[in-house]
Amino acid sequence: MLSGIGVRFGGLVALDDVSLQVPDDTVVGIIGPNGAGKTTLFNVVCGFVRPQAGSMSWQGAPLRPKPQRLARLGIARTLQGDGLFAGLTVLENVMVGATRFARAGFGQGLLGLPGSARDERALREQALACLDQLGMADQADRMPGSLPYPLRKRVGLARALVSRPKLLLLDEPAGGLGGEDVDELAALIRGLPGQGCAVLLVEHHMDLVMQVSEHIVVLDFGRVIAAGPPDKIRDDPAVAEAYLGTEAGEASVSQP
Amino acid sequence: MRNLGIAAVSAALLLALTYLLDPFRDYQLATAAAYLCAAAGLTVLIGVNGQLSLGHGALMAFGAYPVALVQNELADRGVSAQWTLAVSVLAGVAAATALGAVVGVAAARLHGPYLAGLTLVVAVAVPSLATLFGGVLHGDQGLSVYLLPPPAALGPDFPFERWQAWLALAAAVLTMLLLANLMRSRFGRTLRAVRDDEVAARLAGIPVARTRVLAFVVSAACAGLSGAMFAILAQSVSPSAFALTLSLNLLLAVVVGGLGSLAGAVWGSLLLVLLPWLVDTFTADLTLSPDLRQRLAGNLPLAIFGLLLVVVMIAAPGGVQGLLKGVLKHVPQVLAPAVRGRRRSAGGLDDRLQR
Ligand SMILES: Nc1ncnc2c1ncn2[C@@H]1O[C@H](COP(=O)(O)OP(=O)(O)OP(=O)(O)O)[C@@H](O)[C@H]1O
Ligand SMILES: [Mg+2]
Repeated sequence: MLSGIGVRFGGLVALDDVSLQVPDDTVVGIIGPNGAGKTTLFNVVCGFVRPQAGSMSWQGAPLRPKPQRLARLGIARTLQGDGLFAGLTVLENVMVGATRFARAGFGQGLLGLPGSARDERALREQALACLDQLGMADQADRMPGSLPYPLRKRVGLARALVSRPKLLLLDEPAGGLGGEDVDELAALIRGLPGQGCAVLLVEHHMDLVMQVSEHIVVLDFGRVIAAGPPDKIRDDPAVAEAYLGTEAGEASVSQP
Repeated sequence: MRNLGIAAVSAALLLALTYLLDPFRDYQLATAAAYLCAAAGLTVLIGVNGQLSLGHGALMAFGAYPVALVQNELADRGVSAQWTLAVSVLAGVAAATALGAVVGVAAARLHGPYLAGLTLVVAVAVPSLATLFGGVLHGDQGLSVYLLPPPAALGPDFPFERWQAWLALAAAVLTMLLLANLMRSRFGRTLRAVRDDEVAARLAGIPVARTRVLAFVVSAACAGLSGAMFAILAQSVSPSAFALTLSLNLLLAVVVGGLGSLAGAVWGSLLLVLLPWLVDTFTADLTLSPDLRQRLAGNLPLAIFGLLLVVVMIAAPGGVQGLLKGVLKHVPQVLAPAVRGRRRSAGGLDDRLQR
């Protein structure tokens, strides 16, 4: 799906010849130390950053992404941090995520036509159903700022899931979560492929990644230093080195 | 539908009110109504969409001048009927909308001080067009607006001010109805989402740039209607009526009234009319030298308004509407998230992506 992606910011090489594939109905994990280029990779897939090299494809067609078109293509993403709309209620946040199912346009809204109200009802129902699945229906009218962080992250997840994506990009979904929350999250992620949604997961929480991923890609200084099933990654010396220190990491990059 | 009901009831009440008031009060009511058109549009732009505009006075000028030009042109050609007013006002709204689209496109990628700067330039540059095209627009002196007396069907003693109030109130109620519809629709949520987080909004499938332009266009149309009403109220248009102070006054009005809610715009517009009048009545009782009195006349209300703004920012960030809501609900905290969201909207794209 991604092949030979290269990104540089000025002199800094953020991604160098990165290729990876997310087969249908699988969870692929991306790990790597801070600044390895994981978020940048997501930004490339979403069209926020144009790669200088490489190409992408999605469902057999070449992908030249624009962020606002992704949802319609069936790709959704959660942001590192919570990324919620602070001035919107939880329900409204999730309704925004369902934008791609909206039918009524500006004119109908301006004139207050029944079509607009009907459309809003439909969006509200979808959003509520999604919140309900995540056990948050009773929080629908709260403001995100009044929720504890783990619940905020879950709202972000609901906002992505409500668009019924075929590919979900998760950027550190377990960041700031406690043990129990992480277990719930793991169960949720593992359930997604069964619902026709492949997952690309960026995460520092190693246990989570090992638990849910069928395939793991390790990035360091923008390069893929290892890739394979969790068992293989766990025993890979290059990975251990990358996580141990910069010098060892650099050495492993120069002799892949 | 619910909005339509509220609008109908308010229209009926306001209509009755114009009969209770004397012509001077009717004129004040008309002025507040004319301000409200612009203030409501501005609060949608600033409070709901997070785009600052210091140039709404200029947009109002674009709404006002076509009224003078079209009215006078038609009258010169011997077309003199009440319906020409509708044509003139539509021309004004169209002109302001067009300017709004241009400014909106230029502003779509700007935030914070850059956006303020751009709209400030518009506010300062537009009035000077009157001199630049002095042949048609008559420079500083401006144009008078040809208006017919109220329709004969309203009776022989119908005060002209009441007729003006009717026109301005009709414009204000229409503006409020349409904006309230918009705010309840998906578009209202989209505007707020874009204000709070552009990156997340785009990922949810919202075309952020187009949404921001559309917000500017809607707001400009309201400002145009407002300007057209001021042309009808003053029966003249001149650059000094649409100077930078007008833009600043509008800004103060929506902030003091309560940013981001249409009701706040109502309070702000009333203040815009009542404050200068209160100051006038108050200083009239003082024994002041004529010189000092004259110097205070224009500036004191502005100074008080500025002071009010500072007080509001510190003591009640939700403005008058926020205070009222807080008193009603006994939970002023509900406003906090909305205000916080608004503050956050100024950051650039890059640091958003890196959160
Ligand atoms: N827009 C940008 N402009 C300049 N440099 C950038 C930009 N985005 C990312 N970088 C740099 O690219 C490198 C990779 O950053 P990235 O955010 O992708 O890392 P990450 O793997 O997501 O790290 P973390 O685990 O801390 O989230 C970093 O050195 C970062 O400073
Ligand atoms: Mg990151």
